[in-house]
Amino acid sequence: MTARQPAARQLVLPNHHPSDALLVAYGAGSLGEGLSLAVAVHLAHCPDCRATLAEVEALGGALLEDLPPAPLENLSLAATLDRLEREEAPGNPCKAMRMRPRCSRPAGPAAASLPGPLRAYVPSLETLSWQRLAPGVRRVELLPRTSSGGAAQLLRIAPGTALPHHGHGGLELTVVLSGHFADELGRYGPGDLAEVDGDTNHQPIADSHRDCICLIATDAPLRFTGLMGRLMQPFIGL
Amino acid sequence: MIAQLASLLTHAAGADRTPDPKRIGQAARVSANPAAADPAAARLAADQSADLVAVAAGDRAAFARLFAHFAPRVKAYMLKLGMPAQRAEDLAQDTMLSVWRKASLYDPAKAEAATWVFTIARNLRIDMLRRERHPEVSDDELQEHEDDRPRADEVLDGDRRARRLRGALASLTPEQAEVVQLSFFADLAHPAIAERLDVPLGTVKSRLRLAMAKIRKALGDDDR
Repeated sequence: MTARQPAARQLVLPNHHPSDALLVAYGAGSLGEGLSLAVAVHLAHCPDCRATLAEVEALGGALLEDLPPAPLENLSLAATLDRLEREEAPGNPCKAMRMRPRCSRPAGPAAASLPGPLRAYVPSLETLSWQRLAPGVRRVELLPRTSSGGAAQLLRIAPGTALPHHGHGGLELTVVLSGHFADELGRYGPGDLAEVDGDTNHQPIADSHRDCICLIATDAPLRFTGLMGRLMQPFIGL
Repeated sequence: MIAQLASLLTHAAGADRTPDPKRIGQAARVSANPAAADPAAARLAADQSADLVAVAAGDRAAFARLFAHFAPRVKAYMLKLGMPAQRAEDLAQDTMLSVWRKASLYDPAKAEAATWVFTIARNLRIDMLRRERHPEVSDDELQEHEDDRPRADEVLDGDRRARRLRGALASLTPEQAEVVQLSFFADLAHPAIAERLDVPLGTVKSRLRLAMAKIRKALGDDDR
């Protein structure tokens, strides 16, 4: 992650951002769902990274434009127009779907505090049933571990609680939803994204007066390095 | 297509060690695109934008032109990612149907037509292949920063943007162009790209960072 100077705006913007490489992977569509969700939550907070994403997508568009066209075999304009006619016919229920945006507005005031991308996964932070994981640590699983080893979950960490010291077989993204945590690399608040990969070991500690709620997504299981960590690993399922 | 990619990868395996002219020739294919500085390419971009705006108003002739241009390219994109030909065509059709349905959401001030079509095809592919969602933020959901849209005088007009983007693409080094191509067309995570190219992960990430710095500068947002 890169620590950038906060821009001169009235509101607090994130200080810890995804790397350009991560935004390229997100924009190219090659990140798994959990990692993409973590990036999307950061993007909801960060105009600068949205601008970078727009550039990545422009790059994707230019690459698409430069591809030698592949001749169509069975697909034709006529068949596509036929499908359009059928779908636009009066009485076809698909027609009502036509303008539905990909992400809808929040359902009610309860959802207002959740970043948009997360609303497709959880109704609100207040109504979640948190599972107790260890003293001071509770969790909600958002996406079960996929065949490639990725997973996403919400952790709720009580003030002063340290997560076990752990390393990573792959990429781990942590994005803060509320509260703060700190690790060897810095202090993270709402919208901040910690990108940790390869051989990094880190030990996050919730360091404000209220619970820290964060989304953690991994593309490979974590390796806890301390004894306590190894004991907890089967159980934390990260 | 897959054979082509495989040969690109094979030749790329010696990156940073042997200056194999064949490899560089292949990797440089993107950057050596003749359309790079071609004003015709930019005019084309403006025409496509106008067609998309017309499609939002129900113009079928404009849709036919977009179909002729983009359907074979979306198919090519999917073939490059390893999708079988029939599914690649299905996805090209789904993409074009989405273009029709969502045309009114297209904002020519914010993106080229190709950019917009690319994002639709990318998302449909993720839906189709992985049955996974691609979590995204819609424009009205930026947390607490309602007014971050660029001011009118800051928005590059479509033609200038298209020309400058092509110039930036042409200025990538062969090594940068290669990781960009692999990022978009090989469906590999960065560690796997590093392994294929036999370079450290940090090298893949720094090449992407340098490539993005060129794109960012070209698109006029170099103060970040």
